[in-house]
This record gives sequence, C-alpha cells and structure tokens, in this order.
Amino acid sequence: MPRDLVRRWEGLIFVLLVAVVLWASVSVDGFANPSNVSFLLLDTTEIALMALTMTLVVVAAEIDLSVASTLGLSCAVLGWLWNAGLPIEAIMPICLLAGALCGALNGLLVTRLGLPSLAVTIGTFALYRGLAYVILGDQAVADLPSAYTGLATQTLGPIPLVTILVAVLAVVAGTVLHATGVGRSIFALGANEEAAYFSGVRVKRIKFWLFVASGACAALASLVYTFRYASARADNGVGLELAVVAAVLLGGVSIFGGRGTLPGVLMAVLLLGVVRNALILADVANEVLNFVTGLLLVASVLAPNLGAAWRRRSSPQKEGKSVS
Amino acid sequence: MTTRTPWRRMALVAGLALMATACGGTTKSDVAQQTSAPAAAPASSAAADPNAPIKQGLRIAFLPKQVNNPYFTTANTQGIAATEEFGGEGKEVGPSEASASSQVSYINTLIQQKQDAIVISANDPNAVVPALKQARAAGIKVVSYDSDTAPEGRDIFVNQASAEDLGRTQVQLLAEQIGRKGKIAILSATPNATNQNTWIDFMKDELGKPEYKDMELVKIAYGNDDDQKSFTETQGLLRSYPDLAGIISPTTVGIAAAARYLSDSPHKGKVKLTGLGTPNQLRQFVKDGTIEGFELWNPGDLGYLAGYAAAALASGQITGAEGEKFKAGKLGEYTVGADGEVLLGKPTVFNKDNIDDFDF
Repeated sequence: MPRDLVRRWEGLIFVLLVAVVLWASVSVDGFANPSNVSFLLLDTTEIALMALTMTLVVVAAEIDLSVASTLGLSCAVLGWLWNAGLPIEAIMPICLLAGALCGALNGLLVTRLGLPSLAVTIGTFALYRGLAYVILGDQAVADLPSAYTGLATQTLGPIPLVTILVAVLAVVAGTVLHATGVGRSIFALGANEEAAYFSGVRVKRIKFWLFVASGACAALASLVYTFRYASARADNGVGLELAVVAAVLLGGVSIFGGRGTLPGVLMAVLLLGVVRNALILADVANEVLNFVTGLLLVASVLAPNLGAAWRRRSSPQKEGKSVS
Repeated sequence: MTTRTPWRRMALVAGLALMATACGGTTKSDVAQQTSAPAAAPASSAAADPNAPIKQGLRIAFLPKQVNNPYFTTANTQGIAATEEFGGEGKEVGPSEASASSQVSYINTLIQQKQDAIVISANDPNAVVPALKQARAAGIKVVSYDSDTAPEGRDIFVNQASAEDLGRTQVQLLAEQIGRKGKIAILSATPNATNQNTWIDFMKDELGKPEYKDMELVKIAYGNDDDQKSFTETQGLLRSYPDLAGIISPTTVGIAAAARYLSDSPHKGKVKLTGLGTPNQLRQFVKDGTIEGFELWNPGDLGYLAGYAAAALASGQITGAEGEKFKAGKLGEYTVGADGEVLLGKPTVFNKDNIDDFDF
C-alpha cells in the first residue's frame, strides 16, 4: 500500500491538505491560532458526521440526498417536544429514532420497491423538510438548557468535544467499512450488486441498514447543530447535503460505488473546511468561495476517472476489478 | 420474512432509550425557572466618556443578512462611507444565502481578524448569540441594525423605525394627499401578522385625532402578502367603495400589487395610494402618477448611523447605557434609549423629486 500512496487519490488529498494548511498558516493572518482551529473543527462537525455514513452509502452505489432535510426534521421534532415540556434527555433519543425512521423509509423504498435512491431521496428531501415546517412552522426554539449548548461548543485545548465524538464514530465507521465482513460486502455490492447477491451478500438488508444509519447520523448531527447554535428551527442545515456529498466525492469515493476510503473522506471534509475558513479570513468574497468549492468538486469527480483511465493504460495487468 | 427483524430491533432500542431517560431530566420549565432570575446587565466595565475623540483606524465590519442584496448594499455602502469620514476602515462581509447559522462562521472569522466592531443584521436572533458573546468577550463591540439579536449578543441596536412612527406617519402622509377628507381603506398582509397589526393600531389611534374627523376607515383588507390576492383585494375594495379616497398598504407586496391594479384602472391618480415600499419596486408608479408618495426608512442612513454607533462604542464615548449621547456625522446627535436601542428617526418619504436618488 505505502508505495501506492502518491498514486492514490487519498494521497493527493493529503498532500493538498498539508499544502493548504501550510500556505494558510504562513500567509493568512489569524489562521494558525488555537481558537481558529476550534472554530474550523466546530464548523465541520455536522458535515463530518453525515459524511461518515454517506461514505458507506455511496460505496454501496447508493446516495442519500435527504440527510440535511432529516437534520431539519429532527431539529423541528426537538423544538416541538421541548415546547411541549418533555425533558431534553428524553427528546434526544426520540430525535435519533425519528432520524432512523426517516432513513428506514428511504431504505424501504429503495430495497423493497427497487426504486433508485437518487429519485427516492430527492423526494424525501422535500418531504422531510416540508414535515419539519409543518411541525415547527417558522418559529425558532432557543431557550435550550445551557448545560447542553455549552457542551456543544466546549473545547479540550483547541479540540472541541464534538470533534472527539466525530473521531470516535469515524473509528467505528472506518472499522466497519475496512475491517469487517459487512464492510467487504458493502464494497462488493457497490462494485457489482448482482455478483455480490449471487455470492451470498444480503444486499437488501445491508442497504436498508445503511439508510437507517444515515438517517440516525443526520439526527445526531441535528443535535450538535441545535445545541451549537442554541436554536432549533425547521430550516436548520438547509443545503448541507451538497457539502456532504462534495466531501465524500472529493474524498475519493466513486459516485458509481465500490471504491473509496473513510480516511480520504475525512481529509476531504477537513480540506473543504480549511479552504473555506482560510478564504473567509483572507476576506475573499462569498461568490469566489462558492466557485472554489465547486471547482474542487468538479475536479474530484473528474480526476479519479481520468486517473483510472491513465492507470489502465499504463499497467493493464495490475487492474484487478473493473471500476466505474 | 427477514424484514420483520429490523422493526422489532428498532422498537426494542427505542423502548430502552425512552425508559432510560423518561424519569427525570431537564425540561422547558426548568430552564424558564433558571432564567427568570434577573439577568445581569451587560458588562460595562469602563464608564462612558462622551468627550473621548473617535479613535483613528478603527476596523469595522458590516455583516448583513445576505450580501448582494440591494437593501444591504445601500446600507453598508453608507456605513463604510461613515467609517471613512472618521478615519476608520470599513468592510462588508457575509454569506450569499440568508440562512440562520451561516453568519456564525463569519463572526468567528471577524474575531480572529481582531476587528474593533461588528455591525450585524441577524438572520436568527438567537443562533448568532453564542458567537457574538465570544466576540464581545474578546473586546469587540457589537452593533445590531435592521434585525436585532437577543439583547445579550450586542451592545446597541440601531432601530430603523418605531412601530408608532410608521403607523402614524402613513396616516399623515395619506391625509395630506386626500385633503384630510374621505373614505380610506387599509390593505394589509395577513390578519395575524404582528407587525402589521401593531402599525394598524397606531393608524387607528392617529385617525381618532380631531384633525382627521372627516376621514373614515371603511375596511381593512388582507392580501396575505401574496401578489395575486393583494391585486384582487384592491379590485374588490374599489368595487365595494367606488368613492374611496385612499388606500394605505403597509406591506411592500401589497402596495406594489395595489399600484399595479390602480395604474391600469380609471381610478389612477384619483384614488391615492401610500404605504411602505421600496423605490426600485415602485419607481414606475411614482413616475406615472399612480403614487404621489410612499415611505420607508432610508437604509443608507441606517448603515451610516450604525457605523457611527460602532465607532462611538469602540472609542468609549458610549457603553450602550440609556441616556448616553453620541454624534453621527451629518445625521446629528443621537441618544441611546431603553435596552440599548438607538432610533434612526422618522421614515423617509419617497416621491418623484427624490426617488431617483435611491437604488434599493
């Protein structure tokens, strides 16, 4: 593996990440500063959480575009139950359950009715966000307990506590994907669903649970989001799904499934966060910022495919399985 | 059927989770009890020195709800012009979409840049507060304008117009146009829109004064802030009251729809229309004589005043306490009111003589 490192997309992302961090530390005022590092990590928390499960979903050749809407719905449920007088400790598991149910609906529609996840989750993208507005309307619930809102921005040195949560879950997701039979099954069914099915992989069951996990992770992100901003609203996290998908693709996960690594995605989340943070600090206009992010995304979809084509031409005998 | 097991397992997990947490915990009423104790006044460690000169080279950042929005561009251009007047350095930063939390990363960045003051129009009055508290802890002065934050997030709120001024001046404006005589109607947004109803209460109160005894409010119509509905409501008003003298529409959607109806009807110029609108939206109707004059606060003045308020805070002239005074360049002297509010003043009337001076 190590000798392949530079040739692999993840290696490239790593080099890019280091380069951007070095550049920003030297030439952007206020970047290399413990409190800025905390802000940067905090700002990537929700994206990172959702990207963990999104990585698994995309490796399985599916996609979940409803994650940010699930996050919004979970926020609305939280605000609604809080106003109804339930204790926050009971609301949090209910939110996670609501997220899991959202994911389960996606999963059922995809696995039992055989619908393409792109279409299903575009539908539930609107459905869950709409439901969020039905539940909470345009009000903002802000009188949340300060013990929890404080926890969401609390740091251990420069490292926010929620980043530690992300790290723990990343280890779990990484282990599942890269070191278990389930992980191998996910890769197998992502690369070739039919072949995987005939070799005994329980394709539908795995996919169903991936969507459930994706919904639950979005709900977890909603808790972090709500406490971090001390504001539960139906429009929380609008547009985050694009940032999540962008990070997953930039991280080297093939949009066609069957290929990708979790460390790659985490580095991509960081890279996008660092670029954003550094450019805002350097007073670059928001439009340019969006342009740069878009450029990175296009490059991330284009480059691995070009790279794969180049690898095939340079060493055809080494290419084991066909991808993309 | 293997599909049954997921549900069973999920129900089990949910049941366990609920059981584990249902007993005890923090509820809304607990928080209400905690916070019902009087909150400490915002830390104003240093006393205000009204004679302190404005510091040179103050760095002031304007953070609107959204960049590339003509309203905020007008406000912040004037705000930056104000900072140039007193030898400071102003800039506008902000998100391109007006979402609740997108402003937070900008606030964090401004803390890193060690700005002297932040002037913000909050997309969400609460979501920005934790970040603004950190900014204030770092010695940055915070001025909110246009849309206030929760009071603990800022030193001063520059309020564009009071509800009372808006309500009364719209009646005064229409009264002038119709010679204080005749039937009038109000075209509002929705029956339960808080701000609309507050304004309408002040309008009714103003109409109760003896000088308006010949004016009669015959109907309050509701256009739901929907262009089509407002259009047909205007049509209905004129059908029911053909002798209507004037309409007040305190909503930008309503006034534009009413103007569009009137400009194509025989009532054009005869039925006077006024209310709250923006120059870009109503320019053609002012020029073709449908509208004599309408009003709104001047966003340029709002930004200008917010810029001076930020400088006065950062220079120690004021701390945000009630009764403190500061000078705001060409706009003159202002006094800080209750809860750290500074009121911009009476709304600006836009008519064919001045409308081309405004672009928002």
